[in-house]
Formats: sequence, C-alpha cells, structure tokens
Amino acid sequence: MIEVSNVHKSFGDTHVLKGITTCFDQGKTNLIIGQSGSGKTVFLKCLLGLFELEEGSICYSGQVYSELSSGERRDLRQEMGMVFQGSALFDSMTVEENVMFPMDMFTKKSKGELRDRVDEVLQRVNLIDAHKKYPSEISGGMQKRVAIARAIVMNPKYLFCDEPNSGLDPKTAILMDNLIQEITQEYNITTIINTHDMNSVMEIGEKIIFLKNGYKEWEGTNKEIFKTDNKAVTDFVYSSELFKKVRQMYIEERN
Amino acid sequence: MGYIAAIGKYFLMVWEVFRKPTKWRIMRSLILKEIDELVFGSMGIIIFIAFFIGGVVTIQTALNLTSPFLPKSLIGFATRQSVILEFAPTFTSIIMVGKVGSYITSSIGTMRVTEQIDALEVMGVNSLNYLVFPKIIAMLLFPFAVAIAMYVGVLGGWVAAVVGDYAPSGEFIKGLQMEFIPFHVTYAFIKTLVFAFIIATVPSYHGFYMKGGALEVGKASTTAFVWTSVVIIILNYVLTQLLLGQ
Repeated sequence: MIEVSNVHKSFGDTHVLKGITTCFDQGKTNLIIGQSGSGKTVFLKCLLGLFELEEGSICYSGQVYSELSSGERRDLRQEMGMVFQGSALFDSMTVEENVMFPMDMFTKKSKGELRDRVDEVLQRVNLIDAHKKYPSEISGGMQKRVAIARAIVMNPKYLFCDEPNSGLDPKTAILMDNLIQEITQEYNITTIINTHDMNSVMEIGEKIIFLKNGYKEWEGTNKEIFKTDNKAVTDFVYSSELFKKVRQMYIEERN
Repeated sequence: MGYIAAIGKYFLMVWEVFRKPTKWRIMRSLILKEIDELVFGSMGIIIFIAFFIGGVVTIQTALNLTSPFLPKSLIGFATRQSVILEFAPTFTSIIMVGKVGSYITSSIGTMRVTEQIDALEVMGVNSLNYLVFPKIIAMLLFPFAVAIAMYVGVLGGWVAAVVGDYAPSGEFIKGLQMEFIPFHVTYAFIKTLVFAFIIATVPSYHGFYMKGGALEVGKASTTAFVWTSVVIIILNYVLTQLLLGQ
C-alpha cells in the first residue's frame, strides 16, 4: 500500500502538484488519469522518488520516503518495478540481458539461475523466442512486454506503468491491460498506472484518481465513474462520441 | 551566475560518480568495453594524425633553419621537443574530444532522452557511477595512446626529413638524442592524465544533464566539444606554468 499525503511539487514558478492526498491499494490496479499537463507524469515520478517533494509525504507500507537514508531508499527502489512510456529498454543489450539486468545487478544468483528466472518471466509475458533479439528488432508491443518482464523479474512490491498502452493497437492494448491486471493479482502487487486510455479505465480501473490542474479532482472505481456527476470527470472520460453513447445507454438502462 | 552553478554541478556530479559503486563483476565488463570503444577504437586516427603532424613539424622547422651555421641535427631536436611537449599530448587530446567526447555526450544524452537513465535510477542503480566511472578508468589508458603518438610523430618527422632531403638520417637521429630531459615526458603524461579525466567527465556532464529530444542531443554534443576543448586549453597553460615555468 502507498499512502500519499498533501504532495506539492513545483518547477520554478509553475506549481504542478497542489496538495494531492490519496491511497493506492495492494493487489489492485490503481489508475491515474487526467488531461495532458494535469501533472500525472510528475506525480508518478514523485511516487518513484525521482523528484523530491516540496511538501507532503509518501509512505510505502509504513516507510516514509523522505525519512529514509540513501541506502534505505536504494533498497526500497529495488522493490519497485517501472514500465516507462517508451519502454526504456537498454538498446545495447538483448532482451534476455535487459530482463536479467536488475537481478544481475542486485543478487548473487548464478548465471543458470538467472537464465531460468528470465525464461520464467518472459514466458509469463508470452515472449518465448525473443531472448537474443535487440529492442530495435522487436515490435512496440513486444518491447512493452519486455519492459513488464524486466519490471517484475525481482518480484517487486510496487509496479508503476507510465502510459503502457501508448502507441499500441487496441487489441494489443487490451492484452497489455489484462496482463498487468493478472500480474497484479498473481503477485499481490500495488500497481499504479498512468494513462489516458479510456478502455483501460473501463477494463482494469479498480481504483481511479482523476487529476486536474495539479489537484485531485475525483477518485473512485470504474463502476463509480459511470455514475459520477463530476463535470470535469465526465467531460474528460466521455469526450469521445463512442463513450458518450455508452454512458447514455448505461443511464437509460439504469432508469 | 549560470557558469558558476554549472561548475558546481559538475563537481557534484564527479563526487557522485565515485559513490555507491556498481558490482565489480559488472563494472569490469563495462570498463573493458569502454577501453575498446574509447582507446583502442581511437588508435587508428591518433596514429594517422601523429605521423603526418610529425612530418609537417619537421618540414616547417627545416624551412625556417636557413642559416648554414645551424646544424641539421636541430631539426630532429625541434621535432622531438614539439611532438613530446605539445603535439602528442595536447593535439591528440583535442582530437579525442572530437571523437570520444561527442560519442560520450550523444550516447549518455540518448539514454537520458529515452528514459534509460530514469530506468537505472528506479532500479536503485547509481547511474552516474554505472555510466561515467568506466569511462574515467578506460581513459586512464589514454597516456599509452599518447606514448604511441609520440613515437609515431617522431617517426613521421624522420621519414619527412629523409624522404624530403631536409636532413640526413644520422643528423636527425643525433638531434633526437640531444639534451634529452626525461621530465618532459613525465610532464606530457601528467598533462595527458588530467586531459583524460576532462575528456571522460565534461562530455558526460553535458549528456547526463541535457534536456529535450534528439535535436538537443546534437546540440549537447557540440556544446560539450566546445567546453571540453576550452577547459583543456586553459589547463594546458596552467599545467605548463606549474610544471615547467620559472
């Protein structure tokens, strides 16, 4: 579980995060949504400890990040897995080396044990024949799956995903969502996904935080988002004609 | 004010490079890779340039020593001094800034743009140690490259002298051995070691702290080349004054 309390962050004169307080549950897929420029990525980077907070605190299963020593922060980061928007795979390494990297860096496992674990996680993300390929030789969807494999290879407690569906076709995006949700439940991870993909919101949004202009405007589940009367949320979620019709049908059905 | 802040940030970066070291087994392979990339990969261009620079120094010295009272051995002497004191250490370093420095800035800058550095940080890796430390260690071999450049430069001078008939071989070699001061070689190697550190760290600084996209990577490489060259030229003067000055 991650508890966020009154988080503020500015860059120069620009106040990006304005006192966000929320809680991300373990074993659930928690989604952060909002328009571009609403502060989603900055919030995610604050959660990862990549940005120092100006005010407020973030607490990881009882450990307040700002109170940890640099060694303890490093240990905590080894419990985090991150899937970046552009995958951020090391382009000079093969798929196998990319996935092996965190284990090779922080564990004393033998080469054989490392390979076995790599096989296991690559199989888990349905990538079997890509071990010796370089990131540039595989598709965007496969790169995302490698990034997920690298993020979960150390059995993290926390999984962060920054727009995991960007640049993917709708079918692959659904597969990716399902994969992340399965992994979250299977390993009982606290998963936080930064997205503006409405399919993801509807499919896997067990908890949704809506950010607007640096404030937390709304929070709830994917079921509650149908019912909400919050105008900012409805304007954002139902901005496409398709979703407007879906909501209309839902309201008519409810009445 | 901006320059002072940048200098401070550079020294903080250097401090961070030596903290939280990466596992030795991984670091060893990174160092070997960087030695191959930064030093061995530059040997061809260093040898090529050193040979021809040695030749040009010989020709220009010979053309300026027109008095019949001056012995031809002075051509060999002047070539040796020019190559050992200045051309091999400083000229080779500037070439390395162009070749190796821009490679360092663009490779680290690309990692920054594609969030690979963020990925390292999130994993708990000291990204500065992982990326910059192997380059510093690899560049410690740079004096060996400069030693080869000295030898090849003098050889180039000898070939130019003999082939161009500027000085007989015996006279040229006599000049090479004339009033040799071993400390001059030490001075050249001290300079080279300082330059090697600058070549590894200043371009890394520009790559690591760059902001923007692909276009900015190119701009950062150019800025890194300019600033690394400026620092080397200034340090060349300061070290010369400190080590050889009155």
